[in-house]
Parts: sequence; structure tokens; C-alpha cells
Amino acid sequence: MQLQPVQGDITILGIVSVDAFTFFSYLKVLGLFSIVIVTVAYATYAERRVSAFIQDRRGPNRVGPFGLLQPIADGIKNILKEETLPATASRFFFVLAPVLVLVPSLVTFAVIPVAAPLPTPWGVVDMVIADIPVGILYVLAFSSLAVYGVVLGGWASNNKYAFLGGLRASAQMVSYEVALGLSIIAVIMMTGNVTLTEMVWQQQQLGMWFAFPLSLAFILFVVSAFAETNRLPFDMPEAESELVTGYHTEYSAMKFSAFMISEFGHMVTASALMATLFLGGWDLPGTWDNAFWYQGQLIGGFAADGSPVAAQPAAWKTMATFLGFGAKTAFFLLVYIWIRWTLPRFRYDQVMALGWKVMLPTSLAYLMLVGGTILVLEELGVPYGFGYGLVLTAVSGIATFSFIFFIDRGRTITGAAAGPAQKIEIRSIGRERQARSADLPAKTALSGD
Amino acid sequence: MAINVKVMKRPEPETTSYLRAALSGMALTFKHMVNPKKVTQQYPEEQTDLHPRWRGTHVMETHADGRPKCVACGLCPTVCPANCIRLVGGEDDQGNRYPIVYEIDEFRCIFCGMCQEVCPVEAIHVGRHFENAEYTRDRFVYDLDRLMEQEHPSTLLWDPSDPAGE
Repeated sequence: MQLQPVQGDITILGIVSVDAFTFFSYLKVLGLFSIVIVTVAYATYAERRVSAFIQDRRGPNRVGPFGLLQPIADGIKNILKEETLPATASRFFFVLAPVLVLVPSLVTFAVIPVAAPLPTPWGVVDMVIADIPVGILYVLAFSSLAVYGVVLGGWASNNKYAFLGGLRASAQMVSYEVALGLSIIAVIMMTGNVTLTEMVWQQQQLGMWFAFPLSLAFILFVVSAFAETNRLPFDMPEAESELVTGYHTEYSAMKFSAFMISEFGHMVTASALMATLFLGGWDLPGTWDNAFWYQGQLIGGFAADGSPVAAQPAAWKTMATFLGFGAKTAFFLLVYIWIRWTLPRFRYDQVMALGWKVMLPTSLAYLMLVGGTILVLEELGVPYGFGYGLVLTAVSGIATFSFIFFIDRGRTITGAAAGPAQKIEIRSIGRERQARSADLPAKTALSGD
Repeated sequence: MAINVKVMKRPEPETTSYLRAALSGMALTFKHMVNPKKVTQQYPEEQTDLHPRWRGTHVMETHADGRPKCVACGLCPTVCPANCIRLVGGEDDQGNRYPIVYEIDEFRCIFCGMCQEVCPVEAIHVGRHFENAEYTRDRFVYDLDRLMEQEHPSTLLWDPSDPAGE
């Protein structure tokens, strides 16, 4: 077995000869694209089933066994439905918007490693479509690109509600992208690199997944990812009860379906990203599956004297790690759906207050904390490994605990009767008028968002 | 099914916690998610038990030899508040009266059951049945043969489980 990247030519049926790397790349694109699309289809099915179960209903169970063919029926329906084009809509952008939303949500998957490298007679195939050096930056770039489609769709519809939805989407994306990026920086400080394959490798080397040593970053990332994907409790751009259905009010048939697919595609990508950044990606417990390209060699770890040990890739390892990755992604998808059907939508000012007044300062402070801890550990010469992780886990645990302690005082997100400004007013009832007027600026700041 | 209304105690402003409330909410939804007891009735497979006094599609009772029990007395079209019964009576060689035409328009019928109550020979009944969808409107005028073909049980005038009813 050769432990080197794929090279040489593959001869198909004894006639056509193609470059092995190109061949496998096409295969991976095709395979992963189909898997993502099928996952998206079944995420819609899961959403309907799980929401039904949560509400003591049964959900779609008529089409095929357990209703498993429902997504196909939905797809056929959406293709056959009449497309409507509002008379006052801007035709070109109206058609362009669904495409602009759909594409970024699907292409982000290209950099996420889905399984351990697969050995073949032509060399070892990485189970990631493109292991590009910018890695996570590519993901951030494309996920923020999707908001253009949303805003454009809202604007091109020439509908007030759709326009409001689009505006809200842009404001929300900008607000939470900051916290999202800052929580990712904590991960980057640990790995020292931005490629997702290296992030998985560093988690294997640390002996624990980043969800523990970077617990607060994990929490912040999950919350921001919810806001980024416009899912409840942050679905401001859609907000059925306020904006009809927000930015896609005027869309019908397959164009609407494109928005739907992209929303679920974002969910799948965000789930996969959470799994990769914080739950070890395709890594399974134990060191048997570790594999990483290190100075041109596929290594599974380092010996005691620091010399690299060759990895032992196998087809069954690839399969097992792929299933592990799928399970982690599915878990986050379930959490997405579960939270959606539990928590009510925030008010718009609450979303903004949470994003700017809580998430941003917390992630900044946490970044300082993690950076400081890493610096101290490096200065003390603690080897990168389990002990290193334990120290960070303890520090992050304290940070997470104090964050939750702070949040859990009713200070952040409360009902209209118990907001910070109102609380001051309640207290000031017995006092002089001056106390109330002194508190007024705080209130205007809150509602001015 | 009665809905149990639970009056929630509102928390005091100073003690409100979003996080704990959210977590307990998620615990609640999780409990429901894994609970196999669902309220949905799988309708075509699971039929509702109709009450013995349910008034639905009409049934014409027949004698053992297949003749309708109806004697064409004309009481049911007279009493019918919706005027949905059309009856043309006739008389055979033995002097027995029988319906030549007996039609009930199920669209006009309000299913009050007065035809059944007024019938002296217990011939026309309303029945315990409600699935009478058709593709055309004219199929809703049930003629005598169709009324005799109905196989569902006919409505009782009192509830057997309620002794006061009798």
C-alpha cells in the first residue's frame, strides 16, 4: 500500500485513460453533492416529522414507508407548480436571488473533510473535495455571500414585507458574523492553521474535541450559527407572524423551493462545521483513525522522540469515520429542529441586543482568556496533548460557568415586563422623579436598535 | 376531548431566567418527542366509533323478500323540514301501497331524523354513516334502490347506554 497522494492515470474499461486525481475529485464532488442534497431533502422531512412528534402529532407518513418518499413528492409538486412573477418585481434580480442563495449554501461543503483518507491502488484519497489552504475563511466568505441573495430577493420582490425581511437578514448576518468569526478565532489559535483538515488533526493530537477546551467558543458558535442560518429563535428575516414570510413572500414553486433548500443547506453546512470545529469532525475516539498529511507523508501520530509514525488508512476506517461524521452532523441537525420547535422568536431589538451587547463582548473577552492561557501554557513548555487540553478545559469551564451565571440573572433576554430599562423603572417607582429621568438614556439606547 | 387549561404563574421580573426556562422547555419538548402516544387519528384506517344516535346517510329497511317496508303513507315528505324527500305512491293488485318513486336529496337533507321518527312502519331510517362523497352532484339524489342497498347500521332513537332516554 502506498502512503502517498493520488497520482498516475486510471484506465476505465481499458479505453479511456484519465488523471487519477481529477477522476477522484469528480467522484467526490458528485458523491458529496448528492449526499448533501439528499440530506437537505431528508432534513425537511425530519423537520416535519420531529415537529409533529414534539406536538404529539404523527407528521407526514403517507408517501412510502413512514412517509420516507415525502421529500420526492414535495419536489415533484414544487417543480410542477405555477411560477408567479409579481408585476412590479425587478425581473432579473428576482430570478437571480434564489440562485445567489442556493449556490453558496451548497459550495461551502467543499472544504469540509467528511472521513478519514481512503487508500486506493493509485494512492491515498483525501475525503475532502478541496483541501484549500484558506479553509475556514472560504466557508466564512461564502456563508456571508448568501445574504446578498436574501437581500436581493427581498428588494427585487417590490414588497414591503419582503424588503423588511431582507433588511433584517442583512443586519442580523452582520451582527452575528462578528461573534461567529471571533469564536472561530479561538479554534484557530488552538490549531495554528485555518484548514479544516488540520483542525481535525489537532483535535486528534489534543486527545479531546474542542467542545471541551473551548466550551464557551462552542456555545457562542452554536448560537451565532443559529442566527446566521436564520433559524428560530432568530428567524427575523422570515418571521411569519410579522412579515408574512419575509424575504420570500413573493416567491412560489421552484424558486421558493430554492430558498427552502438553501436554508436547509445552510443548516447542514453549519451542522457539519460545528461537528468539524468542535466535535472532532470525522475523528472517532481513540488514535486508530488518526491521519494527516505531514511533510508529504500520511502520518497517524508522533513517536515519543518526535519522529512521525505512518498512518494505517483502511477502507473500513474511512467508512466508520464517515458514519461518525454523519452522526455528529445529524445530531446538530436534530438540535436545530428541536430548538426551533421549542423556543419562541426573539423580538428584533432583543436579537440585536444579544448580538452586540452580549455575544460580541463575551467572545472578545473569551478570546483574550484563551489567548492568555495558551501563551502561559506555551511559556511553561506544556506539551500539546491531553494535559494541555485539561488546563484549557478548566479555564474555559470557569468562563462558561460565569457566562451562564451572568446570563441566567434575567439581565439579557427577558420579557417586555422585565427588560433592563423597565426593571429600573419598576424600582424607581418609590423614588424621586430624577432617578427615572437619569435612567432614560439607557432605555432609548435599547429601543434605538 | 376536553382541553385541560393550566394557568401558569408568571415569574417575578427580578427572578426571570431565560436560560433555565429555555432548557426546561427543551426538556418538555423532548419528552413529547419520544412519547409514543400521539393524538392524531389515522382516519381511513382507524374509524371513529359513531354514537348510536348519530344521524347520517339514510337507509330504507326491506322485508325478507326484498321489498321495501315503505307503505307510501306520505308522512315523511310532509314532516321533512328541508323538503328533500320526493314520494310517489302506488297500489298493487292486493291493495298494498308501495312507493313508485322514493328519492332523498342528501344535499338538501339537514339530517334531523324526523322522517325516521314519523315513519309508522319503521321503513326509512337515518344511519350511522358519513362517508358519502361522490364525483357528481346528481349522485347525491338517492333513489329507492340505492337507499335499500345501504349496508350501514341505522340510527337508534335512544342511547342504549342511557336508561333515562327510553
